[in-house]
Amino acid sequence: MKISFTLNGKPVSCDLPSNRRVVDVLREDLGLMGTKEACGTGECGACTILVDGIPRLSCLMLAAQLEGRDVTTIEGLSKSGETLHPIQQAFVEAGAVQCGFCTPGMVLATTHLLSENPRPTREEIREALSGNICRCTGYQKIVDAVELAAEKLTEKGETA
Amino acid sequence: MKRDALPNQPRPLQIGEPIPRADAPAKVAGREHYAVDYYAEDMLWAGVKRADIPHAVFRGINSEEAEKVPGVLAILTAKDIKGSNRQGVARKDQPVLVDDRIRHRGDGVALVIAETREALREAIGKITVEAEPLPGVFDMEEALKEDAPWIHEDHPGSNILLKGHITKGDGATAFETCTHVVKATFELPYQEHAYLETEAGWAITEEDETVSITVSTQTPFRDKMEVAGALGLPMDKVRIIAPYCGGAFGGKDGITVQSLLALAALRFSGRPIKMWWEREESFIASAKRHQARCRYRLGADATGRFIALEAEILYDTGAYDHLGGAVMALGLEHAGGPYRIPHTDLKAWAVYTNNPVGGAFRAFGVAQATAAMEQMVDRIAEKVGRSPLEIRRLNAVRRGDTTPIGVTLTTSTGIGRCLEIAERHPFWRKRESWKAKAGPFRKRGVGVAAVMHGMGYGPVIPDTANAKIELTSEGSFRVACGVVDMGQGNAHTFLQMAGDILSQDLSRLELVLPDTAWTLPSGSASASRTTYTYGNALIDAANLLKERILKRCADLWMVTDPKELALVPGRVRHLPSGRETTLAEVAAFMDETERTTVAHYRAPQSPQLPDLEPNLRLHGIPHVVFSYGVHIAGIEVDLLTGAVTVEHYLAVNDCGNILNPQLFEQQVQGGIAQGLGYALMEEIPVTEGEMKTVNFSTYLLPTFLDVPDMEVIDAGGNEPTGPYGLKGIGEIPTSGPLPAVANALFDACGIRLERFPMTPERVLSALEGNRP
Ligand code: FES
Ligand code: FES
Repeated sequence: MKISFTLNGKPVSCDLPSNRRVVDVLREDLGLMGTKEACGTGECGACTILVDGIPRLSCLMLAAQLEGRDVTTIEGLSKSGETLHPIQQAFVEAGAVQCGFCTPGMVLATTHLLSENPRPTREEIREALSGNICRCTGYQKIVDAVELAAEKLTEKGETA
Repeated sequence: MKRDALPNQPRPLQIGEPIPRADAPAKVAGREHYAVDYYAEDMLWAGVKRADIPHAVFRGINSEEAEKVPGVLAILTAKDIKGSNRQGVARKDQPVLVDDRIRHRGDGVALVIAETREALREAIGKITVEAEPLPGVFDMEEALKEDAPWIHEDHPGSNILLKGHITKGDGATAFETCTHVVKATFELPYQEHAYLETEAGWAITEEDETVSITVSTQTPFRDKMEVAGALGLPMDKVRIIAPYCGGAFGGKDGITVQSLLALAALRFSGRPIKMWWEREESFIASAKRHQARCRYRLGADATGRFIALEAEILYDTGAYDHLGGAVMALGLEHAGGPYRIPHTDLKAWAVYTNNPVGGAFRAFGVAQATAAMEQMVDRIAEKVGRSPLEIRRLNAVRRGDTTPIGVTLTTSTGIGRCLEIAERHPFWRKRESWKAKAGPFRKRGVGVAAVMHGMGYGPVIPDTANAKIELTSEGSFRVACGVVDMGQGNAHTFLQMAGDILSQDLSRLELVLPDTAWTLPSGSASASRTTYTYGNALIDAANLLKERILKRCADLWMVTDPKELALVPGRVRHLPSGRETTLAEVAAFMDETERTTVAHYRAPQSPQLPDLEPNLRLHGIPHVVFSYGVHIAGIEVDLLTGAVTVEHYLAVNDCGNILNPQLFEQQVQGGIAQGLGYALMEEIPVTEGEMKTVNFSTYLLPTFLDVPDMEVIDAGGNEPTGPYGLKGIGEIPTSGPLPAVANALFDACGIRLERFPMTPERVLSALEGNRP
């Protein structure tokens, strides 16, 4: 089945079995390894991508569901090529990255949170990200990172 | 203070500063390639058919239907293995693929190689196992009985993999002299590592017949030996490449996919082959924290001074050793915690059963022992009528004291300082008023645990590292690191050390991750030894290189005293004249071999307890350097549901001098979170060797809502043998939360559980039993 969608700002179309999982499309067919798979059953959030700006679990989505959508993966978050998006920069600075396997999903979930709620409280951050599992950090520095990202974005007068 | 005197000059890295990790930018951008991220054009997939029978004589497989699946290229069994077909660190008792006996449900019986993952799955589903079931052994006490079926015929006499018995002073007879005696049993659950990156890798047999395996592992150099031995390959024909792991926590300390991948790669020479366990397979086949049963008796005099301790700890190692002997030995060494106890009688066993495999997991046997001991200490405190911190301060070891197994502490011993800091902390001092503020149908409690953790491999196995550092022709530095970074950040710490010594900023430092073809053997990323051991080697290598560069430059400039020269970012400067040259220019005057230095370091080993049973010494008793800590948990219990929430958490740590506060906090916070999971929700019920929770919807992990903000305090220690005074911090935080929360639960509601974790169901039923 021919599927056309926008991926990280660029139009793509590919011929895919309609029941192929989106996480496999991204990783295996399109070579975007930043999207991680850690459970395959919708329990961990590692495979989070943004579809029309909304976080979706790519391990539970099928290729056909991409038709006509606007998809952002971690590779497409920063607009200016090499440099990191302020949220990514905040994760680095706050020490929110250890093994890093949960990180792309966390960053994308944060992007959505901050676009809805530019100055969330720590409780709101914890609530909003509670579908994403991290086994390394104990979450505290991720909450710090989201707060820092919110600051960075407001300073710049940007939204996520 | 102004941080940057010369705004345009990059600032060299400094030890002690919270410099963000060098590996973070690539990870946060999704650019870091983990073992699981390798795909190639003509790549094949390999996968394993698991026995799903707990104990049986293996007769073979029926693969006729599976072979017909389009895209299936080969189905291999133990018959295709040329080597010993045995893996294991201490005892080589685990087959790559079962040949004679199935010993647990996760045993692999066949290796399937297919063109696609879909074909692979389909074929695995079509293989059937031919076996004659044997009676299974699923309980440790049953396994110890004379007439229990033997799980390993070549381990004659019993199902005891390893046992240890250590006494000190008058042993258990000293209980006669005690005023207060408390006694209890603790049942501790399995814990799954649940690293987000499941076991994965890819392999290829190169033209020169070398099998290259890129794998998520903690132990590249040991893997090389294991794969070569199991498959009958010459050592120099196996190469292991170890990228950053997506988490490991002990679960990748040893073979997972390596030999299987190599076996597949040997069959299809020249073709890349990938293996990636799904989450359920990861649960079924991987080693976990040993479930354990601890029986404790602790006696004290009228003032609360400990007199006697008796402990019996049973560790269920499941079907294979998988470091189970070493886990047991470390637990035995730490059975009595950081206390002066004149008389002890300590016993531990690692027992074979047909249950899932028990293996290395952060805190390695000490988590179980600490869970028991720290709840005993609380019981005594209550009997004597002293506060939990008071009783610990009264009994805490100091340098020069002997540990409960009778080892004299000769290195930094900061438990006393940790206790003092905890006692002065406002949360502790104001705990009563905090507790009084619990809402209706809720109660609050505050609990304490003291922790201790030995570092390194113990007195027999050489605990060594070999560092290599190179000045490149471009004038930057390349650190070749033979020890894995599984997420804990040691790779960054190594750069920070090299940057400090060589006065360079991050842009001039590069880290080469472990590759047995290029980096040097430096042991495992485990045992809280990674930064200590490799760091000590790296300091020597970097100093040597610095001296060489400055001397060469002194010759070039005809300067008599190289001390007049200094390294600055990217350059060498002559201090009296201010004259400078770039490092690239200096490099051009050095031969390639001169630009590389290597250094070897061997960690101190204890000369004590020379008469201890040699097998226990081999398995790691005793250690020399220990880290210490004190944890305080403030919890709230919902009396209607039994749910426990952790509201406050505080950890004071003596892990020597802190090289990077941010990374230190990462380790402590992450360790506490895993410990809270162990305390409150993580468990794997097993019946007849079958795990009832094999995915994240039934095996619950702590989320953002289960872990509070934690206060991590450095007690300001300094260990003279450590690199810049550091001691290990990787494991110790994991041992504290279970007993701290359990003690808080007693403080809140007056209940003590025997079985863990402290799920709402268990808490509620204890609350009900407690009601008049
Ligand atoms: S991999 Fe999709 S939610 Fe876990
Ligand atoms: S950093 Fe390892 S899982 Fe989050």
